[in-house]
Amino acid sequence: MRKVGIAGVGHTKFGRAEIPLVDVLALAALEALDDAGVKTGKGNVDQVFVASMGAGILNRQSSVASALVDTLDLQPAMAETIENGPASGASAVKLGYMAIASGMCDVALVVGGELMRVVTGWEATDFVATMLHPDAEYAYGLTLPAFAGMFTRLYMDKYGVTEKDLAMVAVKNHEHAMHNPVAHIQLVPNFHAIIEDEDAHVINPYVAEPLRVYDVCPVSDGAAALVLCAMDLVDRFPKKPVRIAGIGQATDTHVVAEREIPTDLLAVRLAAERAYAMAGLKPEDIDVAELHDAFTILEIAISEEAGLFPRGEGHLAARRGDTRVGGKLPINTSGGLKAKGHPLGATGVSQIVEIVRQLRGEANGRQVEGAKHGLAVNFGGFGNNVVATILSKEG
Amino acid sequence: MIVDKLEQSLRPPELDMPPYPAKYITLASGEKMVVHQVGREDVPRLLEAVRPLVTVERDFYDIVAARLYAELLAYQRYRVKNEYVLAGTIDGVIVGIVNGRMVDADLGMSYHTVAIKRGLRIGAQLFAAKMEYHMDYLGQQEVLIVAESPIGYRRWMIEYELESRPDTWHELGGVPTHVLTKALWEKHKRMKCTGRRPVSPEMLEVARKLILPSEYPQIPGFKR
Repeated sequence: MRKVGIAGVGHTKFGRAEIPLVDVLALAALEALDDAGVKTGKGNVDQVFVASMGAGILNRQSSVASALVDTLDLQPAMAETIENGPASGASAVKLGYMAIASGMCDVALVVGGELMRVVTGWEATDFVATMLHPDAEYAYGLTLPAFAGMFTRLYMDKYGVTEKDLAMVAVKNHEHAMHNPVAHIQLVPNFHAIIEDEDAHVINPYVAEPLRVYDVCPVSDGAAALVLCAMDLVDRFPKKPVRIAGIGQATDTHVVAEREIPTDLLAVRLAAERAYAMAGLKPEDIDVAELHDAFTILEIAISEEAGLFPRGEGHLAARRGDTRVGGKLPINTSGGLKAKGHPLGATGVSQIVEIVRQLRGEANGRQVEGAKHGLAVNFGGFGNNVVATILSKEG
Repeated sequence: MIVDKLEQSLRPPELDMPPYPAKYITLASGEKMVVHQVGREDVPRLLEAVRPLVTVERDFYDIVAARLYAELLAYQRYRVKNEYVLAGTIDGVIVGIVNGRMVDADLGMSYHTVAIKRGLRIGAQLFAAKMEYHMDYLGQQEVLIVAESPIGYRRWMIEYELESRPDTWHELGGVPTHVLTKALWEKHKRMKCTGRRPVSPEMLEVARKLILPSEYPQIPGFKR
């Protein structure tokens, strides 16, 4: 198999877009193509992968990959739209990797994007919940915040995680986002105000107890893009590509209640183990990680399942400040889903954009000094389809 | 000011309204927002604060700001009966304004809510303060409410579970009217309305400066 790298990255500002989905995708794609020194036009990109979970439902537009190829004048490039829930982005990167590794193409454009703010928050929550089991879960009104609330309660009981630990994760990620110009939320909540102050029950109300507003990611629009290339063609590109060292993916039961241990995120563990094995690395080799913190508890739980901290100690690492920029293992330097935002299809790609920027030394105020290996974990369903990706700096 | 007979006949007779006691709220940023009632003498300052938003189409700021502007003028120049205005300030800077009026002893009429600073639920807190005034200080039984923006609809109609009364007339026009009843207020106020009293004289003095905002997130690059 050929080695595969990332030659260019692009990212729109997450938040609320005022332009159609395909235009948002195109903005991110053009930035990535410029970054990679690749021009639009026939023959420059062999294949286009677009990740979007909601284009057909929320935006009434299907086959967005074909539309993007046309918008960017990339015909006759091959094109596919990828849907794998909130893990669509990393799945698209995986398929891009496979297309190049197999020798089927040399240059692939991977774009993830979503316009979610065309509907109310309630409708967006309902839409995301459609990935749950239709009879065993969705029919009973279960939503992702509801699952996350129950999961958090179990985690608290089992490992001693507190609401303050969750708030620490939130504040940390918002602080990171202040150094990321594409982050949706440019505001740092005050720890005391959101958790201890007597007004906290109103300014930071419970969404799905014990999760509060500041424990939950915002609903965002936006797109992120990568130009993938064969590493044997690195001389074509102005910047030395960052190598995709390992990819692992795993699934778990669709019905969460069927899991033997409900606090275990088995698919995260297996996906991470497969990615480490492919990369020939161990968790202790990771210098920076982007973990799918749609809810603050998930950053803690995923950090444990991915082997970055012992089980039940992720929150202790957060308390010690290990996961801040400047700490032992910075997590979600981009601001994470929590503060950077979570346009579903964009998220997995966006996480990898951040790791590329870190490994290139382009992360400015949030830079992790000397970072050589980075891990991204993109979490689909309530952990029933997870993709882990490891990037390594070459040379 | 000498009020001639014609002017006197143009002015509505006013009912006594107990004042809204100032309070402060700790926002998520840790900043303290003081909510206090402002008088006619403060209106020119508020007009300055509202004017830049009159051209902001996004989130219906233009409609809300233009109407609020007119309502502030009507209040200042005695062309509306029993209007009140509450301002939210942080370190004296105006971050939001709400207004409404007392129709009679039992009925309130909610006018507008404008949040200048965004992302801290300032609009939600000022709206709650307005409802608190109607229900807990004016002692009214119902407040008639309409929303011009989807944000307002979500924050008020849905979150407070307001009673829909499309056949009831609201002074802002044909927008379907919703009603906050005393029972709904009692149900929701604990989770919607907060703040502490009294506000220290020092804090209140700063709040009364009503400093104009130097930036508007709705208007990138705004310079006063």
